Amino acid sequence: MTAGGNPSTHSGHRGLDMDEPLLFEIGAPGRCGVDLPAAGPGGDCLGAMSRENLVGLPGLSEPQVVRHYVRLSQKNYSIDAGLYPLGSCTMKHNPRLNEKVARLPGFADLHPLQPAASVQGALALIEALSEWLAILTGFPAVAMSPAAGAQGELCGLMTIRAALEARGDARARVLVPDSAHGTNPATAALCGYPVEAVPSNERGRIDLAALKAQLGSDVAAVMLTNPNTCGLFEDEILEIAAEVHGTGAFFYCDGANFNAIVGKVRPADLGIDAMHLNLHKTFSTPHGGGGPGSGPVVMTAELAPFAPPPSIVRDGDTLSLVETGGSEGAVGRLRAFHGQMGMFIRAYAFILSHGVDGLCQVAEDAVLNANYLRTALLDDLSVSYAGLCMHEVLFDDRFLRDTGISTLDYAKAMIDEGFHPATVYFPLVVQGALLTEPTESESKESLDRLIGAMRFLAQRAKAGDTSRFAEAPRLAPRRRLDETHAARHPVLRWRPPTRTEAAE
Amino acid sequence: MSETRYTRDHEWIRIEDGVATIGITDYAQTQLGDIVFVELPTPDTSIEAGAEAAVVESVKAASEVYAPIGGEVIEVNEDLQESPASVNEDAEGAGWFIKLRMSDPADLDDLMDAAAYAEYVAGLD
Amino acid sequence: MRYLPHTPVDRDAMLRSIGVASIDELFAGVPKSARLPGLLDAPGHADEMAVEAVLSALAKRNMPTGEVPSFLGAGAYHHHIPAAVDHLIQRSEFLTAYTPYQPEISQGTLQMLFEFQTQVALITGMDVANASMYDGASACAEAVLMAGRITRRNKSVLSGGLHPHYAAAIRTHVRFTAHDVVQAVPDPKGIEDLAAQIDDATACVVVQSPAFFGGLHDLRGLAAACHAKGALLVAAVTEVVSLGAVLSPGDMGADIVVAEGQSLGNPLSFGGPYLGLFATRDHFVRQMPGRLCGETVDADGRRGYVLTLSTREQHIRRERATSNICTNAGLCALAFSIHLALLGEEGFKRLAHLNHARAVELAGRLAAVVGVEVLNETFFNEFTVRLPGDAASVIDDLAARGILAGVPVSRLWPGEADLADLAIVAATELTSDADITALAGGLERVLA
Repeated sequence: MTAGGNPSTHSGHRGLDMDEPLLFEIGAPGRCGVDLPAAGPGGDCLGAMSRENLVGLPGLSEPQVVRHYVRLSQKNYSIDAGLYPLGSCTMKHNPRLNEKVARLPGFADLHPLQPAASVQGALALIEALSEWLAILTGFPAVAMSPAAGAQGELCGLMTIRAALEARGDARARVLVPDSAHGTNPATAALCGYPVEAVPSNERGRIDLAALKAQLGSDVAAVMLTNPNTCGLFEDEILEIAAEVHGTGAFFYCDGANFNAIVGKVRPADLGIDAMHLNLHKTFSTPHGGGGPGSGPVVMTAELAPFAPPPSIVRDGDTLSLVETGGSEGAVGRLRAFHGQMGMFIRAYAFILSHGVDGLCQVAEDAVLNANYLRTALLDDLSVSYAGLCMHEVLFDDRFLRDTGISTLDYAKAMIDEGFHPATVYFPLVVQGALLTEPTESESKESLDRLIGAMRFLAQRAKAGDTSRFAEAPRLAPRRRLDETHAARHPVLRWRPPTRTEAAE
Repeated sequence: MSETRYTRDHEWIRIEDGVATIGITDYAQTQLGDIVFVELPTPDTSIEAGAEAAVVESVKAASEVYAPIGGEVIEVNEDLQESPASVNEDAEGAGWFIKLRMSDPADLDDLMDAAAYAEYVAGLD
Repeated sequence: MRYLPHTPVDRDAMLRSIGVASIDELFAGVPKSARLPGLLDAPGHADEMAVEAVLSALAKRNMPTGEVPSFLGAGAYHHHIPAAVDHLIQRSEFLTAYTPYQPEISQGTLQMLFEFQTQVALITGMDVANASMYDGASACAEAVLMAGRITRRNKSVLSGGLHPHYAAAIRTHVRFTAHDVVQAVPDPKGIEDLAAQIDDATACVVVQSPAFFGGLHDLRGLAAACHAKGALLVAAVTEVVSLGAVLSPGDMGADIVVAEGQSLGNPLSFGGPYLGLFATRDHFVRQMPGRLCGETVDADGRRGYVLTLSTREQHIRRERATSNICTNAGLCALAFSIHLALLGEEGFKRLAHLNHARAVELAGRLAAVVGVEVLNETFFNEFTVRLPGDAASVIDDLAARGILAGVPVSRLWPGEADLADLAIVAATELTSDADITALAGGLERVLA
């Protein structure tokens, strides 16, 4: 018997839960999963640079490779299989139509450096998507190339610094709220700006008085997220924008939470100067186990000349790609080629499918779902801030006080109930945060099941059922993993066993 | 004779023959959890009082450790590379971080003695 | 609307349980002046048929590489992707999974990343690799920043054989830091002497292998010259298939190797999403940006995998992080890994030699065309040709005739008059004899 109380097996498999070794442990010389024609006779222009040594790659046939990856996939939770109440991530349904159209050979087989005349359809798609993003956000200009949200933030903040330098006044620091996502200060540091945190008030919003006190003529930018990382709309945002602009600084918005307001509010109307969007959040492109993303940046006409290349320019019916920089002092390119075209196609299909009415409904249902959760869990968990939330609701660990159970333990117990945990320990402004974002993709029945499980767990925690939590998860492909051991003795790759190890 | 002093940031410092040995307190290590790595300064560099002397990493956090006094780094605890766990097991002994040759003994005057530190910690939540 | 499950009955029930009369009340916290009075002026929702029709029409207005003879390289390459790859990456549990922050229910992704990191270390000849970055160019920029952190120096020397997009990405990333970049002149003949430019202030030298203009250069001398001055050698590989036939930068003494992984498992896709590979030596691991997957055990003693050494990253270290990167290229890394698993040792080498053989054949045929000069003595699967006159016009001409002949160097180095007659021409395992004949014949006609 194993510690979990299940019968141990000879094979190491447990029914459909397969024990799958590493590729390197399965491979054998002489096996290959791809048939290729012979190179044929003929000259060799490698000079003295031919690689003669063994690379060390394992050989597998196609059936072995397929089985390997199918078995690995079975160990993963996914949005297709269940709800992710992950605050700040917007885990919504990934429509399969988007996968189909992204794979059209007329898109998938385009080389980025083909002559413009041979890719007019691709350029037209990028233009059409950027026009939609401009309409939805209210800005006149979009930089499409950033590869993900963090690169979008870097693009936005660098564009701001370039604009300030063109004025002859680069300034010296950036203000971010204490609830900011870690990418915000990391990005500011890459732009040469030390970061100062502005405290949040007891209503969970940025403290306007503190912000005013911290602003000065040496502040380059204020970076906010709106709705913020507590799931609350920054209701003093117009005053904030006025204060920021009054000192000659720029107002950057992290657009990670755009799902709450798409089609209902335009960030440009809030006084924001630049904002990145996460196509892999609001616009449904799949998370793929960690990426790829896409982080286009919308911005004002004042900032546009300083944005990095490339941009698309229309002359009558003809589109062309402008690959050299805008004005003197514009930010240079951040990556090769043009942007995450595969994600553009998917996001565009998502936008066309929803239209303005559908997108408006996305925001409404996202906010409705989060408030439904909040109301249902109000008595059993501890909501951090009173009143309505936007598309995500923030709980903290006060409801677990004196139970000996932490937010982490509660999250691991959610796994046994069949749910991916909520976002834990973020934002840092409350203790033991549980940030919960259901998205508009969840039906009422799905939400009711989540509510039932979270309520049940809260009640069991208060009833002193500690082992349920301390030993969770019990039903996942792995129990809790020793992260201390992984960090103290990092093993970051497979290595062939030494002769002594092999002899054992 | 050696004496140990403590800071409000939970560092300890033990003086013996003009050499100060510095580390973090047992209270600090319980707060941080399992230590996985300690980033130490290079020997033969000098550190000012109040400047960053080391960084202690647990799985989920990294905390700066500030020099309670200034001086020249004469030795760092190389054993921590292989066994960061000694900071958890024996924070005020084998888990030491740095040995400094003090530049100004007067720096010690503002630090707490063992009794004052114990009282300070008891007063924390 | 097909993606939105709520009916009016659902919404009413939920509003009642919340205790508000309408959805509008949920948005009452938004300042009134910022609330849009009605729908924005743009089209409404569309069914699948309509959306497919729009996208198909746009796709038809392009000339994809698979349908015409195509010889484009210069940082992205048209290879055959085995059918199993795309099939496997579309499994729900890979496609729609989140970042593996909850390792107990993410072992599929984590084991895949551990295997991927191992594969990348093996092909580049290095000790350790990360779980991917956005693309080769941004990985290259991160490598320069890392070299700066390690050496505590502020100057990098960039080879004249480095892809201009990579060089530009480096310059952008260091622009607002104290780090300076010295750019060597474009080096189509592969004759530059970078060792002479290394001094005690140099953090790293950045080269590309094979070089942008196609040449293969032994980096061992340059690596020694760097190390003698306490500098690091950063090598960028834009065509990973080359590593099956050409000495790896790791074997030649590089300290950091970055690469574009697109060639394996990932379609051209008009430039993205691509796959940044990043590998280094064991002793530099704590300075490496990006996510890292490590081996450990669970509470039952079973082997498992977790993201580790996270204190380097933005979500913990914030402004002192090694990078601001959060999202990586997860699914692209999976595609790469599956393709390389199918190829294995023998397949990878065979594929590489086949690519080289096609390029040798191509070079021979082009050199025989009057007016065309092949500049390279050595190359892997792409090389530089000199044409009589402006290369971009010749290539546009051929495109109009349905041949994607190569990349004019002026596209990537605009404003350099002495490069305007050069083009980069690539071959892969997909390059057929008929393709080569078409290009040779096309050139003959256009140049006549």
